[in-house]
Order: sequence, then structure tokens, then C-alpha cells
Amino acid sequence: MSSVEVRSVTKAWGETRAVDDVSFSVAKGELVVLLGPSGCGKSTMLRMIAGLDEPTTGMIAIEGRDVAGLTGSARGVAMVFQSYALFPHLTVSDNITFGLSVRGTSKQEMAERLARTAALLDLDKLLRRKPAQLSGGQQQRVALGRALIAKAPVCLLDEPLSNLDAQLRQELRREIRALQQRLGITMIYVTHDQTEAMSMADRVILMRGGRIEQNGRPAELYERPATLFAARFIGGAPMNFLDLDDAPLGAVIAGSTGPALFAGPGRGRVLGLRPEDVAVDSANGRAAFHATVTAVEYLGGEALVSCSLGDRAIQARTRGDGAPPIGTAVGLSWDAAASHVFDAASGERLTIDTGTAATSPQLHTVTNQGQIRA
Amino acid sequence: MAAPRASRLNIHLQGWLLVLPAVVLLATFTHVPAVETVIDSFFSTPHGKRPAVYIGFDQYRTMLADPVFWLAFRNNLLYALITVPLAIALALLMALWVNGRIKGRAALRLAFFTPTILPMVAAANIWLFFYTPDYGLLNQIIRLFGFESVNWLGSPATALPALMAVTVWKEAGFFMIFFLAALQQVPPVLYEAARMENASSWLVFRRITWPLLMPTTLFVAVNALINAFRVVDQVIAMTGGGPNNATALLLFYIFQVAFSFWDSGYAAALSVVLLSTLAIIAFLQFFLLDRKIHYR
Ligand SMILES: Nc1ncnc2c1ncn2[C@@H]1O[C@H](COP(=O)(O)OP(=O)(O)OP(=O)(O)O)[C@@H](O)[C@H]1O
Ligand SMILES: [Mg+2]
Repeated sequence: MSSVEVRSVTKAWGETRAVDDVSFSVAKGELVVLLGPSGCGKSTMLRMIAGLDEPTTGMIAIEGRDVAGLTGSARGVAMVFQSYALFPHLTVSDNITFGLSVRGTSKQEMAERLARTAALLDLDKLLRRKPAQLSGGQQQRVALGRALIAKAPVCLLDEPLSNLDAQLRQELRREIRALQQRLGITMIYVTHDQTEAMSMADRVILMRGGRIEQNGRPAELYERPATLFAARFIGGAPMNFLDLDDAPLGAVIAGSTGPALFAGPGRGRVLGLRPEDVAVDSANGRAAFHATVTAVEYLGGEALVSCSLGDRAIQARTRGDGAPPIGTAVGLSWDAAASHVFDAASGERLTIDTGTAATSPQLHTVTNQGQIRA
Repeated sequence: MAAPRASRLNIHLQGWLLVLPAVVLLATFTHVPAVETVIDSFFSTPHGKRPAVYIGFDQYRTMLADPVFWLAFRNNLLYALITVPLAIALALLMALWVNGRIKGRAALRLAFFTPTILPMVAAANIWLFFYTPDYGLLNQIIRLFGFESVNWLGSPATALPALMAVTVWKEAGFFMIFFLAALQQVPPVLYEAARMENASSWLVFRRITWPLLMPTTLFVAVNALINAFRVVDQVIAMTGGGPNNATALLLFYIFQVAFSFWDSGYAAALSVVLLSTLAIIAFLQFFLLDRKIHYR
């Protein structure tokens, strides 16, 4: 039995459909991230699961039960809001136990649960403070505590870390993930930060314009993006997109001289290559594609090398100390398996055997690839 | 050397010149009269050729023995203790109502605010019509239910409550604006957090809205209290302090003593008492409002 089941849910505000015929299910103890750009309907979806909004059409089941008409705790759902939504006039402990007190839990049980939750989140010393006397990270923990204390089977988080600085975000990310796994709760986590999504999730649901673009494990989204949009959205440095063209021997990169990539037509198709999959060969030797370095972005451990490939631009990642100087002629190569081909018009991924072209690009043992992937 | 000092002096002089009009106005019309009033209260009232003579606390002794003063004081206290909570409660109810998502919200807000815009004398006239014996609106209504017609402003038992009703009606709309502003300051997400726990609306009011409105409530309460001790116009317009001083309030009594009985010495002593009362309330305000009841 899945913990949360969303079946053809649509939410319309007048003409606009914030969520459009969305279906997915979340298994017990799974952390699913709803990922997508601003305005794609993530919050709306989450609020419908929470019961704060009712879907226009469709059905939501939690723990196998249709929960239409129930809100929050009544449907076994707790929520952490983006702005924390702590009650400013209540102490930390009153904030955390608010839900329990609403339900008339006994004083003793409340104290016990509070102690346990506070210990879990390292809040013991802050219990008597007011929210205004806490740092952002501490407020976040309190909000988390308020959601966790009731032991609702499902916990929803709407961009819980977006108000924090980068370092704290990373720390809390790990903490939330560890907590979720330890307590075995089902979590649905909304974010527009793909790094956050990839590093935390069991599964990522990528949304766009109210629809699900792709639903899969982080590695699936990274290795086999289903659409151009998914390919563009996932990954640290943006993916390279190169238009393809027809040639006698198969598809070639438009506007450049190089061997055919695969047999079949190339026009109307786009080749996607992640910078970390492109190897730069300074020796300009065996590589099949000849390019010129136009810019180098030094990032410390690694560098982002921009090259011109014919009249197209392409980026590659190298080790920080291995970046060639600007103006150098270099050879580019990539593992045939690392190339993604999309239909330019529909944006859909095309399943094409890139290894069977008449002259496939030479297979290099790409030296830097393993390190970057790790 | 001399030039900069001269110009600095110049700046100080300029500063003083700039505040001078305000200082002069404030002093002539507020501070000097206040001090003079205190001084006057220790002198007898001059009559014709008899000049004022120092009589110490005689005026205050007279006051302690004056039943009308005590009646006015008691009336005023009652007036404050009843109108202030009522006006606040009504204001809060109206604010909660028009803050909700209801149809015709803007019109309702305006309707509630209208009494505040009306000049007191106009409002008094409207209410005089309500209270008119026999054919007044109120009497017509109660006669529908088979009751005897009541002379609202004419009988000592109902005159003061009748005045209180006017005040509540007039003040509540004004205070509603403060509550409305405060309600709109409460982040809606707090209510959503409460909804997640399925808290009843009464519980949400008691544990979230009311505490968050506390600073506003205190501010409004203190102002209402001060207003309650400064009421005079509607007494003059509606009852003239009668019947039998049943609606005499402090300021009205002072007005009477000063300008009907021309006993300026005694009026000064009464004014000192009123001023002290207001000062106490003002201090209360500073004390209460400065003790951090603010959450945000
Ligand atoms: N109450 C509402 N009335 C009308 N339109 C709304 C309402 N709430 C959301 N929308 C619209 O629905 C769409 C999705 O909004 P939603 O808040 O779910 O986006 P989001 O993915 O959470 O974006 P963000 O990352 O910026 O928070 C937006 O186009 C928004 O304008
Ligand atoms: Mg959102």
C-alpha cells in the first residue's frame, strides 16, 4: 500500500490550471521531491495533499484512505511551511505542542513527547524562547519539530530551506534526510533547487506548467532525462545542446566538421551532452572533434571550459589545474553512451543506438569523468 | 576662528527660531494655562471688587463635600468602565466580521466607519430622534412588543445608559479601523498552520488572534479611557447634564461651574482633578505600552 496516492488531480483557478491531471504515488518511508521552476504548481500540489486546498477534480488517498474533506492532522499529514509559520507570541515549546494541545493530549504525554522531539532536533536549550529570539536555522528546526511531534505518517515540506544561507542549507538537508530515514516517515519535499532534490530524494518528480515532466530516481533523471526540459533542469552545469544535421553517413553536429554520430537523420534532433561527460584533449590528437577554447571558468577543483565547435558553443568540465589556456586548439571526445538525443520539436527523448554509426567517435578512457561523477 | 563659532551660534539660533512658533503656541495655550489652573485652584474666586485671595486647599475641601462632584465623578467612572469594554468588544467583532471573505465587505466597512465621520452634534441629533418620548424610533419599536413608552433621556435611570449607547456606537467604528489594520498584519500562514491541526475557530481566536491583537487592544483601551473622561459635547447636546445631574460628567460639571456659576476658582480645582486623572491614564499608557507586549 502506498503512503500517498495522487490520482489525476487537477487544480484550476479560473482559466489557469496550476496543477493539470497529475498522478503519482509515494511509498511508505520514501522521500519524494517535487521539483520544478517557479510557478509550476509544486506548492499547489502540496497544499492539496495537506488538505489546505481541495482539488478541482481527481482524488488523493493517504494510507489507503480517500481523504477528501479532511485537513492536515485529520488526514495524517503534517506540514512545514516555507516561512515556518511559527506563532510569534508562543514559546518554542508551546509552538511545538500546539497541535497536541488542540487535540487535548494529556499534560504528561505532551511533556514526554516534547522532550523526545526537542532532543531529536537539538532544541532542549531553546524551549522557553520566543521565535523572534531564534536564528533562521533554529526556527526551521522548531517548525520541523511541530510537524514531527504528532507522528503523522506523512510530512510535507514546502521549500523549507530557501530562507537560509548556503552552508546551513547543506547541513539541514543532511539532517532532515537522516531524520526522515531514522523515523521512517514518508516525506514530500518541495524545492526548485535541483541540487537539493538530487542529494536528498529517493525519487524526484519534476514538474513543469502543472504537469509531471519526469518521475524517477535522481540517477534516472540525470542519466536518462526524458525531455529537453528535464535535461536542462537537472545537473550542476547546464547541459550542452547541439543541433544535429543530416549527412551521408548519418547525423552530424550542425555547423561543424566531424564524424557522424549515429546512423539515421539528424535534422530536427538535438544532441545533449553534459559538460562533465565531455573530455578535453589538449594534445589535439586522437579526438574526433576539433574545437577552440574561448573561455575558462575556474571553480577550484574543477574548471568549466567553453569551446567553439565549428560555429557552435560547447562546455566541458576539466580538473581545475588541467584547463587549457584560452585560444588553444583542443580535441573533444565523449563516451557514446553519454550522449542524449532529443526530438527538437516535441522535446522528447529519442532512443537511438549511438554506438552503431558508420564512424562512431572514438571511445576514450576519459580521465576526468570518474572524478567529477563521484 | 571666530567665523565658525559665529555660524554655529547662528545654527543654534536658527533652530530655536524654527521651533519658536510651536513652543509659543504650546506654552500659551497648554502649559501656561495648566500651571495657572493649578495656581488658581488655591485662590478664591474674585467677585467684583473682591480680589482673589489665597485660601490653600479650601476649594478641594469644598469638593470633597460636594455631592454633585461625587455624582459626576461616579457617573464618569461608570461611563468609562462600561463604554470602553463595550466599544472595544463591538469594534473587535465588527473588525473580525469585515476582515473575513464576505460579499459587500467594503460597503460594510464603510457603514461601520460612518458614525466616526459624523460630527458629535449631528450624531446626537440622530439619537435624539431615536430617544424621543412616544414617537421616537426606539419607543415605536418597543411599543410593537407591547411595552410602555420610555422617556429615555428624561428619567435618571435610563439617561446615562442612553448616552453610553451613543458613545459606544460612535467609538466602535473608529476602533474597528485599528483592529482591522492589526488583523491584516497577521500572516495568513499562521492560520493555515492552525488549520493543519484542525483547531476550532474559537480556539484559533483565543490562542492566536487575540494574543496577537493585544498591543492594539491596549492602545485602543487607553485612548478610549482618555476619551471617556473628555466627553462633554454630547452631554450638552442631549441632556444638559440632567435629569437631576444623572448625566453630569466631570468635564460637563467643570463647564457648568465655570460658565454657568462663574466660580472660576472651584472650576480650576475640578480641572486639576480631571487633569490628574488623565495624567494617571497617560502614565498607564506609557508604562503598559512600553513593556514589550509587541511580538513582531
Ligand atoms: N490562490 C490562487 N489564485 C490564483 N492563482 C493561483 C493561486 N495560487 C497559485 N496560483 C497560480 O498557480 C500557479 C502555480 O503556483 P504555485 O504556488 O503552486 O507555484 P510553485 O511551483 O510553488 O512556485 P514557487 O516555486 O514560486 O513557489 C501559478 O501560476 C500561480 O500564479
Ligand atoms: Mg511554492
